[in-house]
Amino acid sequence: MANADLILIQGSNMAECHPVGFQWVTEAKQRGAKVIHVDPRFTRTSAVADKHITIRAGSDIVLLGALINHMIENDLWFKDYVTHYTNAAHIISEGFAGPEDLDGLFSGYDDELQGYNNETWQYEEDPDAADGIAKDMTLQHPRSVFQILRRHYSRYTPEAVEDMAGISQKDFKYLADAFAENSTRDRTTCIAYALGWTQHSMGAQFIRTSAVLQLLMGNMGRPGGGIMALRGHATIQGSTDIPTLFNLLPGYLPFPVAGKHDTLQDYFDESFPQDQKGFWHNGDAYMISLLKAWFGDAATAENDYAYHYLPRLTGAHGTYQTLMRMFDKGVDGYFVLGQNPAVGSANGRMQRMGMANLKWMVVRDFQQIETATWWRDGPEIQSGELKTEEIDTEVFFMPAANHTEKAGTFTQTQRLVQWRHQAVTPPGDARSELEFFHDLGKRLRERLQDSTDPRDRPLLDMTWDYPVDEHGEPDAEAVMKEINGFYTTGPDAGKPLDNFNQMKTDGSTAGGCWIYAGVYAGGVNRAALRVPGDKQDEMAQKWAWAWPANRRILYNRASADLDGKPWSERKKLVWWDEDATKWVGHDTPDFPIDRAPNAKSEKGVFGPDALSGDDPFIMQTDGKGWLFAPMGMKDGPLPTHYEPAESPVSNTMYPQQESPSRLLITAEGNQLAPASGNPGSEVYPHVFTTYRLTEHHTAGGMSRFLPYLSELQPEMFCEVSEELAEEYGLESYGWATIISPRGAIEARVLVTQRMKPVRAGGKTIHQIGLPYHWGVGKEALITGDGANDLLGMTLDPNVFIQSAKAVACAIQPGRRPRGEALVEFVNEYRERAGITEMTGQSRLTYERDPETMEIAEPPTLSEPEHHEGDKLV
Amino acid sequence: MSRFSMLGWPVFRQTKSKDKYGRGPSVESPKYENMRPRTEDADDVVQSVCPYCAVGCGQRIYVKDNEVIHIEGDPDSPISRGRLCPKGAASEQLVNTPSRQKTVLYRAPRATDWEEIELEKAMDMIADRFLEARENHWEDYDEEGTPVNRTMGIASLGGATIDNEENYLIKKLFSAAGAVQIENQARI
Amino acid sequence: MFDFREKPGQLIDAHGQDTERKGFFTDTSICIGCKACEVACKEWNEVPMDGNLELLESSYDNTGDLGANTWRHVAFIEQDEQQIEKARDSGQKLVSLGMPSIGAPEARQKESAKHIGMPEFGSPGTRIKEKVDNPPNPDTPEFRWLMSSDVCKHCTFAGCLDVCPTGALYRTEYGTVVVQDDICNGCGTCVAGCPFGVIERRDTGTIHTKPDRVDSRYAMDVKNEGTANKCTLCYDRLVDDQQPACAQTCPTTSIKFGNQSEMVESAVERVTTMHAQGSTEARLYGANPNDGVGGIGSVFLLLDEPEVYGLPPDPQVPTKDLPHMYKKVGIAAAGMLAAAATAFVGARKK
Repeated sequence: MANADLILIQGSNMAECHPVGFQWVTEAKQRGAKVIHVDPRFTRTSAVADKHITIRAGSDIVLLGALINHMIENDLWFKDYVTHYTNAAHIISEGFAGPEDLDGLFSGYDDELQGYNNETWQYEEDPDAADGIAKDMTLQHPRSVFQILRRHYSRYTPEAVEDMAGISQKDFKYLADAFAENSTRDRTTCIAYALGWTQHSMGAQFIRTSAVLQLLMGNMGRPGGGIMALRGHATIQGSTDIPTLFNLLPGYLPFPVAGKHDTLQDYFDESFPQDQKGFWHNGDAYMISLLKAWFGDAATAENDYAYHYLPRLTGAHGTYQTLMRMFDKGVDGYFVLGQNPAVGSANGRMQRMGMANLKWMVVRDFQQIETATWWRDGPEIQSGELKTEEIDTEVFFMPAANHTEKAGTFTQTQRLVQWRHQAVTPPGDARSELEFFHDLGKRLRERLQDSTDPRDRPLLDMTWDYPVDEHGEPDAEAVMKEINGFYTTGPDAGKPLDNFNQMKTDGSTAGGCWIYAGVYAGGVNRAALRVPGDKQDEMAQKWAWAWPANRRILYNRASADLDGKPWSERKKLVWWDEDATKWVGHDTPDFPIDRAPNAKSEKGVFGPDALSGDDPFIMQTDGKGWLFAPMGMKDGPLPTHYEPAESPVSNTMYPQQESPSRLLITAEGNQLAPASGNPGSEVYPHVFTTYRLTEHHTAGGMSRFLPYLSELQPEMFCEVSEELAEEYGLESYGWATIISPRGAIEARVLVTQRMKPVRAGGKTIHQIGLPYHWGVGKEALITGDGANDLLGMTLDPNVFIQSAKAVACAIQPGRRPRGEALVEFVNEYRERAGITEMTGQSRLTYERDPETMEIAEPPTLSEPEHHEGDKLV
Repeated sequence: MSRFSMLGWPVFRQTKSKDKYGRGPSVESPKYENMRPRTEDADDVVQSVCPYCAVGCGQRIYVKDNEVIHIEGDPDSPISRGRLCPKGAASEQLVNTPSRQKTVLYRAPRATDWEEIELEKAMDMIADRFLEARENHWEDYDEEGTPVNRTMGIASLGGATIDNEENYLIKKLFSAAGAVQIENQARI
Repeated sequence: MFDFREKPGQLIDAHGQDTERKGFFTDTSICIGCKACEVACKEWNEVPMDGNLELLESSYDNTGDLGANTWRHVAFIEQDEQQIEKARDSGQKLVSLGMPSIGAPEARQKESAKHIGMPEFGSPGTRIKEKVDNPPNPDTPEFRWLMSSDVCKHCTFAGCLDVCPTGALYRTEYGTVVVQDDICNGCGTCVAGCPFGVIERRDTGTIHTKPDRVDSRYAMDVKNEGTANKCTLCYDRLVDDQQPACAQTCPTTSIKFGNQSEMVESAVERVTTMHAQGSTEARLYGANPNDGVGGIGSVFLLLDEPEVYGLPPDPQVPTKDLPHMYKKVGIAAAGMLAAAATAFVGARKK
């Protein structure tokens, strides 16, 4: 990042949320880089940026799409890079149609699927091509990805940006010029994002748009380029790599789905088609090694390596689906591990009400967080919706060991796996998760040891013999060795693997997470490597270990041109050494080391061997960066602007208001506000956006209990513009109540010029800022209403993350009602807006012809008049 | 200071030295004359990683008598170069704050308050409940008759703040037990 | 006989040790207002919680000001375009960078400019004769949010030190001013002696929580109750060649630590660069050895007038005329010494 010439921070408040990471931005800036911050709010990041551009929350695709359009129409894109390193030349099948043809839908929409069938998004076949894909290297074919891209974004104009994103054409030009000037052979632009992009029902597509832009401008795989995800938890990256997520197995292997992955062969055929390029080709070896790691000797070639031991999915089983099951009494027990869903998860009221339907729950934390005390101190006890004496849920609070009291690894945001040594032993009953779950597993196995029920075989057969110390703490390094992988047979039996290329399909290797193979190469804990930063070069490859294979920049072959030479001296990273006939450079080449830049793949060769010298994107099935995603995205192959759920603005880009494939949860308590153009939408005329402050950490479990942090930001507040304060008579540092269809909360008012109303869709839109760190309880040093109580659960269909950054609300001065009156107050607003459980739940905005998917009767949009303030109560 | 000596009296010292106004060494107390950092007598300094956000800043943990006495940034880290944000800088308080809950608490159904129970007993109770919940909501087949071999009776939330090795054991144990509903903050 | 008193910008080396005067350079132009300095300072120095856990009604600042329980304080100031323009103008007009607009005698002026190695910009309080033709900053914002971490200035003429009757306050071998907690009797004389309002007595009354939060679980051990407290520039780290906790933790190097002369030099360099880049609002604070406190050990680069940050524009040490007094009335000196002796004995009896 310090090597960037332009840093565009959008959907992130980096200086506040990642202050120490921000040192690299400060450094880049002092070296002459420009920093532009695009955000609904002027934050501490904006304060030190060269420029802040106010954007209407949720309109990011309009802005990024317009940058794409600007670069194409003004011929500012990186031709050599795009032509050869991306799928720009690939031709898409004839059946494909885009939202400009289909009134806002892509071809393949199926209401029953609640989304798309992507058959028509595939590449056209060319039996003569080595990779079987039809291409036009001139990029002129009307169905080439490049031309489709050009047509798709042609309506994303500076005027559209002004109208939908609330950004002036002057500011757009400033951004577009800066972006173009700093995306060349000699200069690179880095984009940094965070939850400001992910927490939308279109979140994955926001990120995709930036990826398309970065590929188009040749900024991927190059120093000072790329897209940087700024993640918020110590090992949120690690917990995705080695996932505590329902839909994945370690190393991004899909979790088996019933009907699709019934046998191991089905699983391989569906997940790792063998006619593809790249490293996913070897997915079978990774999977079999995982099964060997888990089930040891019980996993044999004869029983398909105990593949049948794994349970199966039948749809989404994410945290919000689990919550809905709780209401149906379908979940008895709930483990909450270092998380505080009563405060931190969307729709806090439903989270707490859901927990009241459990038989038991285990909360493992350092403090009595609100998730541990809701049955006594929660808001629903105060409102009378729940009575402590009637709640049957048993609650176990199990004190947790903290980061100094156990050894293990965190994986930080750039995939760096860092070992922590244990400094002290945990106090009192506090234990690590490692010890807790190891112990729990042992107790379960003891209880089942005489069982003959086949369903208990997996528990009894799993490998669970980790060495423990005198306190009962398992040896984390032994677990790491299993994750790394080792030989199971032969002369090297027990020897750690050096890399994932050593994984085999014959059961002779075990490995818990293929992408981590190498972290324990040679029996050395490489995550614990600690050569000081000033004693090595900038890549710092001897400080901890990055997956995969200690590569610090992914796809770095793209940092060199077609001939393998750096695009410029200034942006040198890896290059082809003619004499040594291999790739060399400052970083570990993320490419087959001896594959010459001019090597051509041959027909009938697949996997890594099929990568041509100009296929830098080695994990993609065609080795290219995807401008157009023929698969992998459930809501469209090209990012397309739809309005967030409940938006007070009508989508003027397409006659389809919201993403038709967004994931909806229809339930009492999760009602949605009517979207713009529907009666009642004027009741919730404003938009709030939630966020974090430097001084606190997520739901507050690690900050609101600490005096030094609590005193720095002691009270829940909202941030409003002077204009909104004036309109409603909100007093500076007085109280305001913010109301959504799910709840009402109170907050102290910060009236500030840092918040500006924006003009969008012909209306003035007020954006209200709400930090989400506070929760209602009695144990924390500081308490307050929780912003997440206002959120509904409308999710991105790709990653199931809820929309939290652009949500409809009303505001009024003063504190909220207390007790039962609060429930009535929220109801009164809902009734006034005419909200039912079905409000906002239809996928298609207008009725369509079921055959052609065209809109039957073109609508005449009747805009409700702009309200003059909502001061009824 | 047990004995009062005229020679050590600052006004006397200052008249003898360059420090005529008594603002320098002549008034320096023995404590300050021999001042050392309070970390000097640490038994151990352990390299660690900050537990808050995902930047992964290096920390040095100063330990004395199995207690953390100080935490500061690790200057060796090429990620953070010794720096910490306010949360990272408050890590020592995270470890040592008196409000930290160090004993097991149990809330019985319909109870109005916690009771303290033994760790062993709690573990046994949780293990029993785990198997019971697993049994209560076990599914052999889905609606189509396809084997699913799973239980929907147990769910877990959390993982982004705990170690890779810990997540690995959780995923392995839950999957082996047939429990699929595992989620963490990455989804939130 | 009066030569041993500090001269502007210069300390006497009473310790006779081979140590240089240490200080901070706080470059507010790169401060991100994260307050890590406040926390790291408190953690290292075991400073208790401050305030009542309610919003201070001052943007993101809930600390307020420096005091017994706050040795680093980050100020937050929100400004509109007009205020930015004004700051640019006033910065442009400032001559000797970092000098308060009320000037010191002409004779000292030249000496000081030489001393800190600055280009001669003219005399304080007057306009630059040949106006530097700075290109306007192309990224002129409509709004800005200033953040600045304040700290004890460790003055050359330290008022607190001058008036301390017990010898609890002293000048260390690093040129810093430190309260010796084992000597201070809490008389509070120093509080009035500080022109910056930095030093304060630590009372039990300064640590309180909301009435409904008297929970003893959150009670912190409070040390040095009833004595004067302020930044020590982490004296107990300097003796071990470590930098102060705030400087070490500062994520963006807004707080720099080093030899005071080098701090002033890099501050001058930075402000010159910023002016060349068109950011004429930049100016230095405390780099002028001829100000009312003889220059300070904690130099600041500010982006507006000091008052905007809550800093006195023209700090004057209350004991400024003390040497002259001594010269004229020797008996006064004797009186002071006698008072010191009495106070000292009083302290020992406690």
